[in-house]
Amino acid sequence: MKTLALGLAAALALALPAQAQSKYPERPITMIVPFAAGGPTDIIARIVSENMSKTLGQQIVVENVAGAGGTTGITRAVTAAPDGYTIAMGHLGTFSAAPATYPGLKYDPINGMQTIGLAGGTPILIVAKKAFAPKDLKEFVAYVKANSDKVNEAHAGVGSVSWTTCTLLKGQLGVPKLNSVAYRGTGPALNDLVSGQVDFMCDQIVSVAEQIKAGTIKAYAVASAERSPALPDVPTTKEAGLPEYQIEAWNGIAAPKGLPKEAVDKLVDALDKALNDETVKKRLLDLGTVLPTKEERTPAGFAALIKRDADKLSPVLSAAPKQ
Amino acid sequence: MTEMFANLSLGFGVALTLKNIALCFVGCLVGTLIGVLPGVGPIATIAMLLPITFGLDPVGALIMLAGIYYGAQYGGSTTAILVNIPGEATAVVTTLDGHQMAKQGRAGVALGTAAIGSFVAGCFATLIIAALGAPLTKLALLFGPAEYFSLMVMGLCFAVVLARGSILKAFCMIMLGLLLSTVGTDLETGQERMTFGFPPLSDGIDFAVLAMGVFGFAEVLRNLENPETRDVVRTKIGRLLPSWEDIKQSIAPCLRGTFIGGTLGILPGNGAVLGPFASYTIEKKLAKDPSRFGRGAIEGVAGPESANNAGAQTAFIPLLTLGIPPNAVMALMVGAMTIHGIIPGPQVMTKNPDLFWGMIASMWIGNLMLLIINLPLVGVWVKLLQVPYRLMFPAILIFCSIGIYSVNNQPVDVAFTALFGLFGYLLIKLGFEPAPMLLGFVLGKLMEEKLRQALIISRGSFMTFIERPISAGLLLVAVAILVIALLPSMSKKRDEVFTE
Repeated sequence: MKTLALGLAAALALALPAQAQSKYPERPITMIVPFAAGGPTDIIARIVSENMSKTLGQQIVVENVAGAGGTTGITRAVTAAPDGYTIAMGHLGTFSAAPATYPGLKYDPINGMQTIGLAGGTPILIVAKKAFAPKDLKEFVAYVKANSDKVNEAHAGVGSVSWTTCTLLKGQLGVPKLNSVAYRGTGPALNDLVSGQVDFMCDQIVSVAEQIKAGTIKAYAVASAERSPALPDVPTTKEAGLPEYQIEAWNGIAAPKGLPKEAVDKLVDALDKALNDETVKKRLLDLGTVLPTKEERTPAGFAALIKRDADKLSPVLSAAPKQ
Repeated sequence: MTEMFANLSLGFGVALTLKNIALCFVGCLVGTLIGVLPGVGPIATIAMLLPITFGLDPVGALIMLAGIYYGAQYGGSTTAILVNIPGEATAVVTTLDGHQMAKQGRAGVALGTAAIGSFVAGCFATLIIAALGAPLTKLALLFGPAEYFSLMVMGLCFAVVLARGSILKAFCMIMLGLLLSTVGTDLETGQERMTFGFPPLSDGIDFAVLAMGVFGFAEVLRNLENPETRDVVRTKIGRLLPSWEDIKQSIAPCLRGTFIGGTLGILPGNGAVLGPFASYTIEKKLAKDPSRFGRGAIEGVAGPESANNAGAQTAFIPLLTLGIPPNAVMALMVGAMTIHGIIPGPQVMTKNPDLFWGMIASMWIGNLMLLIINLPLVGVWVKLLQVPYRLMFPAILIFCSIGIYSVNNQPVDVAFTALFGLFGYLLIKLGFEPAPMLLGFVLGKLMEEKLRQALIISRGSFMTFIERPISAGLLLVAVAILVIALLPSMSKKRDEVFTE
């Protein structure tokens, strides 16, 4: 409670001088998070927005608008008035995969919104139950191809990061019709992986790292360019023999198209400052996040990333069998 | 054994610092205060109060959150007894006899029994977690999709048998609940089902929307029609402490409820939701005079409330040992832990022993505190509910609407709640009980998920449900319950039990 009171006092103190300037931002900014509070995107949004508020001199209020794989919240955010007071924290799914996953999508992530910058990337791992026969990634690839009628893959629901990344993997391995077991969220899927009901899945390092360290499941590879400091023993897909499988689950900020340049610049600058802050950095790194490069923190760099992953995912996702 | 006590003393060392006791107290108090508002259950309460823990250290934050959780849970029972509105699915059973007791002027005893039963259950559940936390995770691992499905089939069979009124009507309501749960995006294919192309339906119907509609709003409508039979208890609350006679009657149900609830709560698939139902059925079956049930039987409050609290607590086992949240409340806990830099999982017990055991110790302290706070404060909570109807109705509707809106920040959810309110009113008029529908709705999503998972893994063979021994055993029990209930002699007896 004391902290809350302090926070309110601080917010008020910050709000007062800003009003005198009558320039952007002169009132609190709403950051829409299209997922429930407490999820990976929400956590990153809260960590980053807290620091951005200090730079901007106005509180950024996080509003969770969940629904339809995050597309409900993003639709609301990018169709809002382009005044800089509504922004959104979206991810790989809502910005790159959504156009191919949701045919009736009401926004265009490539041409219909103003990107601000990337907030962080999360490595993706290929993990399997402890007793799964293949010992390494090469054996895994061969085994899955040879036994595509027996192997069970688990994912956290259509549109989720684990579904998106695993569909990409299955597409690249040439086994798009592999038996696929859907769960409501990573937790239940992971539970059945631990107990050996299903064989393998792909998911974010945040969700699976502890189980890997505890030895209840095993990891074949991380789909990033470099190994993760959180799991230094897990090889990259490049090292382990599947170099084309490169995908990260990232989170980034976007706003409605037509935002004034002043607002874009201020938001970009605030995001950059937040990502250079030692406390923010430490909290993000603790979550297994990869900090974005200088280039990815710019609107153009982030837009390029969205386009690159959309191009990679669209053909696979559009072709994914709708059983 | 010695290790367990060493661990517990470490836990109490952490939980009994002045700061953590204060946090636990504030959590319990605020949790009860919000949870007591009709229609606002533990999920909404925790979601609303989560932000105030952001500035604390992880142990303190989790202790406070656990306090909010128990407070809200107890607050939910209070509204179930006094206003006939269950704060969440597990409090549905408490409305059956608890509210009847309140109508008979024994609201105080019902509330006191609920608090004491919860405390007893909490004490045992704390010991269960401390002693069996690690070994019991192995049991949970025996449950695959097939076993979960069969377990839920069994739960629904229980629900049909224990519902008031005709078996056929109860069966229809459960089926309706199952059907409502299939609205929304198909889990396997991502296709929309029964949404009529209406975007707000694409994620299905929210539990809170349905529950607040058919219970909260419909209740208000029913009361408006009939101003003299108000369901908010305005008669005397009566004394709080149960008499010796009451205690003698409640002690066995309370212990049985603790055992049932504690066992079901461990299962990582919201088994806790079945606890109160199972306990109620068993008490009714064991009772010398089952006709008292539904008319204010104290066993019908003591058993389910103990089961509810024991299950609420043992539900932490899959979360703390496997990192798997078994229900929506635990999912919020995962979020809270992650925000504080702790990834729930098997490592928590070894890497953060102070957090693991501190939280377990604080559960017991929280339960004790609820007893201390609530018995003297029941009067305050009751006053909160004794406000005249002309003030109460708008207030309930406003609080429900705010609560509903705060879940997803979607105005359309409020409109849906109003629609379900009208629908619930219609059901009451036609003599259908909404409680089985709610259970069918809650279990429906999970059942469909588990059924399809089991069938995908078995490559479409239904034999998987019979070939797996645990699953077969559960189905056998389900069939047995139905057969027994439908036997001519039994169904006649059942009719006698339910007709007033």
